[in-house]
Amino acid sequence: MSLLDYFRLSKPKSAPLAKERLQILVAHERSYRNQPSWLPQLQQELLDVIRKYVNVDQNAISVNFEQDDNQETLELNIVLPDRNTVTDKSYSSN
Amino acid sequence: MARIIVVTSGKGGVGKTTTSAAIAMGLAKKGHKTVVIDFDVGLRNLDLILGCERRVVYDFINVINGEASLNQALIRDKNCNLLYILPASQTRDKEALTQEGVGKVLEELSKDFEYIVCDSPAGIEKGANLALYFADDAFVVTNPEISSVRDSDRMLGILSSKSRRAERGEEPIKEYLLLTRYDPDRVKQGEMLSLDDVQEILSLQLLGIIPESKSVLSASNAGIPVILDEKSEAGRAYEDVVARYLGEDRPHRFIEAKQGFFSKLFGGKK
Repeated sequence: MSLLDYFRLSKPKSAPLAKERLQILVAHERSYRNQPSWLPQLQQELLDVIRKYVNVDQNAISVNFEQDDNQETLELNIVLPDRNTVTDKSYSSN
Repeated sequence: MARIIVVTSGKGGVGKTTTSAAIAMGLAKKGHKTVVIDFDVGLRNLDLILGCERRVVYDFINVINGEASLNQALIRDKNCNLLYILPASQTRDKEALTQEGVGKVLEELSKDFEYIVCDSPAGIEKGANLALYFADDAFVVTNPEISSVRDSDRMLGILSSKSRRAERGEEPIKEYLLLTRYDPDRVKQGEMLSLDDVQEILSLQLLGIIPESKSVLSASNAGIPVILDEKSEAGRAYEDVVARYLGEDRPHRFIEAKQGFFSKLFGGKK
């Protein structure tokens, strides 16, 4: 190890940190990019309808949109609240 | 038919106008009749970088509104008679730009020019959207810096969904990467994202790396595009970019850190 390397070692390296943060962020943002613009509104309206009948909270419904080469899949997942025992129901529809 | 190039980035201050001026001059120097358009309505700066700020009479908005003809508004560059500048309006705001108006001007310019370079404003609002809407090629200007790479990735999403080519289902805009303000020494020390780091995220065709260079500021001080400074690394790097864009195969340079006197002395060789 040269003398110069010794001084270099004492410096923290920030580039790997930047890269790691970027990779996570960009992956997250890309997953939203391909979604149709009406998705958040659909989610809200579905929640409103369900709330007429069942008392579910904001996080009880998830709407996922996935795109393959030749098909688009819209997945709805609604978690109904517990009654006495485990009565969680999940409905999925394509 | 002209080829329409948009110089874009999302983030401000990364070198869009410097790049637009340099590549437009480079294309013209190679014998291609080129016009460069400033889309930054309200904040025009391209005229300063090209040193023609005192010759601006009419602007892009005047042409769109029919208040001046293209011939009245176009400014011929003082260094190269194949290069013309269409300046932005300094007094109006971005709302004065319309898709129909921009389309008409570009169509008219297409008859007379080989290349139309659109210098996009920062951001993702109207000016930026219209600068890229009609493009055939996009030069995505990126700094090796976290917010710039993120914004570039966002721009790529917009290029692939909000352009005329996307709307018509035509072949998508060809996207190229221009990595600017690159400092190989800082990359070597682990303080700056490397070319490979940036490419791992953006994976674009690399047109060139423009090293951080004092000559860029000197060039803008003087109002002469940096590509005309053949002694500067940035100038030569832009010259490479233009040659590569036109299909020449040139090896990339300015990637490696220069060997300093002390690192040679102490054997800091990697």
